[in-house]
Amino acid sequence: MDSLFVMLIFVLVLAIFLGFELINKVPSTLHTPLMSGANAISGITIVGALLSSGSDGGVWTTFLGTAAVFFATVNVVGGYLVTNRMLRMFKKK
Amino acid sequence: MDIFQSEIFANMSYIVASMLFIFGLKQLGSPETAQRGNLISASGMFLAVLVTLINSQIISYEWLAAGLILGVIVGASAASLVKMTSMPELVALFNGFGGIASLLVGSAEYLGASSLGLISLTAIFLTLIIGGVTFSGSLVAYGKLSEILPGRQITFLGQRIVLIAFFLLSLVLGAQLIFGFELFQVWNPIYSFSFLILLALIIGLLITLPIGGADMPVIIALLNSYSGLAASAAGFVINNNVLIVAGALVGASGLILTNIMCKAMNRSLANVVFGSIGSASSGVRSDEDVGEVKPINVSDAYLILEAANSVLVVPGYGMAVSQAQHAVRELGELLEDNGCEVNYAIHPVAGRMPGHMNVLLAEANVSYDQLQEPEDVNPVMDTVDVCIVIGANDVVNPDAKDNEGSPIYGMPIIEADRSKTVFILKRSMAAGFAGIDNPLFGKENSRMLFGDAKESISSLVAEFKS
Repeated sequence: MDSLFVMLIFVLVLAIFLGFELINKVPSTLHTPLMSGANAISGITIVGALLSSGSDGGVWTTFLGTAAVFFATVNVVGGYLVTNRMLRMFKKK
Repeated sequence: MDIFQSEIFANMSYIVASMLFIFGLKQLGSPETAQRGNLISASGMFLAVLVTLINSQIISYEWLAAGLILGVIVGASAASLVKMTSMPELVALFNGFGGIASLLVGSAEYLGASSLGLISLTAIFLTLIIGGVTFSGSLVAYGKLSEILPGRQITFLGQRIVLIAFFLLSLVLGAQLIFGFELFQVWNPIYSFSFLILLALIIGLLITLPIGGADMPVIIALLNSYSGLAASAAGFVINNNVLIVAGALVGASGLILTNIMCKAMNRSLANVVFGSIGSASSGVRSDEDVGEVKPINVSDAYLILEAANSVLVVPGYGMAVSQAQHAVRELGELLEDNGCEVNYAIHPVAGRMPGHMNVLLAEANVSYDQLQEPEDVNPVMDTVDVCIVIGANDVVNPDAKDNEGSPIYGMPIIEADRSKTVFILKRSMAAGFAGIDNPLFGKENSRMLFGDAKESISSLVAEFKS
C-alpha cells in the first residue's frame, strides 16, 4: 500500500461522512432539485475525461476520452441548468 | 505561466472547487438559498474544468474542444427546451451520462496507460461496473419515466438467479483483470475488460427493468448515488482528490435519499430491488369488500368546498398524468379568496421520483410553504374540512395503519380518512399501483368524484367563477 492510496481513502471516508451530514434534513420539497444538483456535481468526472482526451495516450485513449468529455459535459451543463430552472420556480408568496 | 501549470496550483484549485461543492450542497438544503447554492456549486465545477484545461498533461486541444462544445450545445438545449413536466426523465438521462463518462474515463486509462498497479486496476474495475450499471439503469429509468418503456414491472423466470450469476461472473472477470492470471490458455485480460463492460450494462438492465412505477423514486435515488460512486472510483483511477470528494458527496446524498424513500414505504432496499410487491399482494383482501362507494357530482362537491374553512390537497401520480397542477392551483386560489385555508400534503414517494409532486406544484406557482409533509398534516387532520385526493391511492390507504395482513402495512401514510370529508378524484375504481383495495373509498366520509382529474378540477373552478 503506498501512502498516496491511504491518503485518498482517508479523503473518501471523510467526504462520505460530510455528505451524510450535509444532506440530512433536506425538506422533501427540494428532493428533485437536490438530486439533479448532486447529479451535476457527479459530472466532475469531466476532469478525468479532459485529461484522457488531451493527453498523448494513443488513439483509443483520445477517442474514449473525447466521448467521455462529451457525456460529462452534457451531464454538467444540462444538470446545472435544469436544476436552476427548477429552483427558479420555487417561490414563496 | 509556470506557476499556473504547476501541480500545486492545480491541487489548490481543486481544494477550492471541493469547498464550493460543499457550500453549494449545503445551501441546496433550504428553499431560500437553494438557487444560490446551485450557482456556487456550478462555479466550483467551472473552476475545476478551467484548471484542468491549462494542465501541462494536455498537449492537444482539438478533440477535447470538439467534445466540450458538442456537450455544451446538447446539454444546454436539452435543459432549456424540455417541458417542465418531462423533468424527471431528463434528470435520469443526465445521470446515466455521468455514469457512462466515468466508465469511459476508466476505459481510456486502461487502454492508454503502459503499466497499471493493483490499486489502479481495482479502481478501473469499479468504474466499469458502477459506471455501466448507472448508465444502462438510468436509460431504463428514462424509458419508463418517458413512457417509451411500459411502466410496469418487466420480469422473467429466474431473473434473480441470472442477476446473481452475472454478478459473480463479473467478480471473476474483475479478479482476472486486476491480477492478470491465466484464466484459460487464450484468455487475455482485454477480453475480461470488454466482457466486464457488457456485463455491467446487462446488470443495470436486470436491476431496473423489474422495478414498477411506484418504486421508481427509490431506484432513481439509488442510481443517483451510483453516478457519484462511479466518479469517486474514477478519482482513484487518475489519483485525483476533487473527483473523490465530489463523487463521495453525491454518493452519500443519493444514499440518504434512497433511505428516505425506503422508509417512506416501510420497505428495505433489498425488498425494493429483489421483491415485487405486486405479485406478493394479490388477493390479500379478497374476502373483504371496501364497502359501498358513494359518487358525488361537481355541483355537490362545489357546495361542500364553498362552505369549507380548511382544505387539504393530496396529489399523487394521477395528477401528473392528467397534468392537473395548474387547475389545482387555480382552485386553491379561489378557495383562499373564499376565506379557506389551503394546504398540500405530499407523501415522499408520491409520483415517480423524489420530490416529483413538489416540482409540478412549484411549476404551477404554488407557494412552497404550502407544500407540507405527512408528519406536519397528520396531527391536525381532524380539523381539515375537506381532503381532496387527486390521483393518489396507496399513500392514503388506511390499511397501512390498521390491516396487519396488508402488504403495505406499516407504511407511513397521509391519514386523509380522518378529515371530515374526503373527495377522491379517480378515473375509475381500478386498484392502485400496488394492486390492493383501498378501504378509504368505502368510508362513511368519502365521496368519489369520477373522471379525469384535470376536467373535474376545471369544472369545480368554473362553478366557483359562475
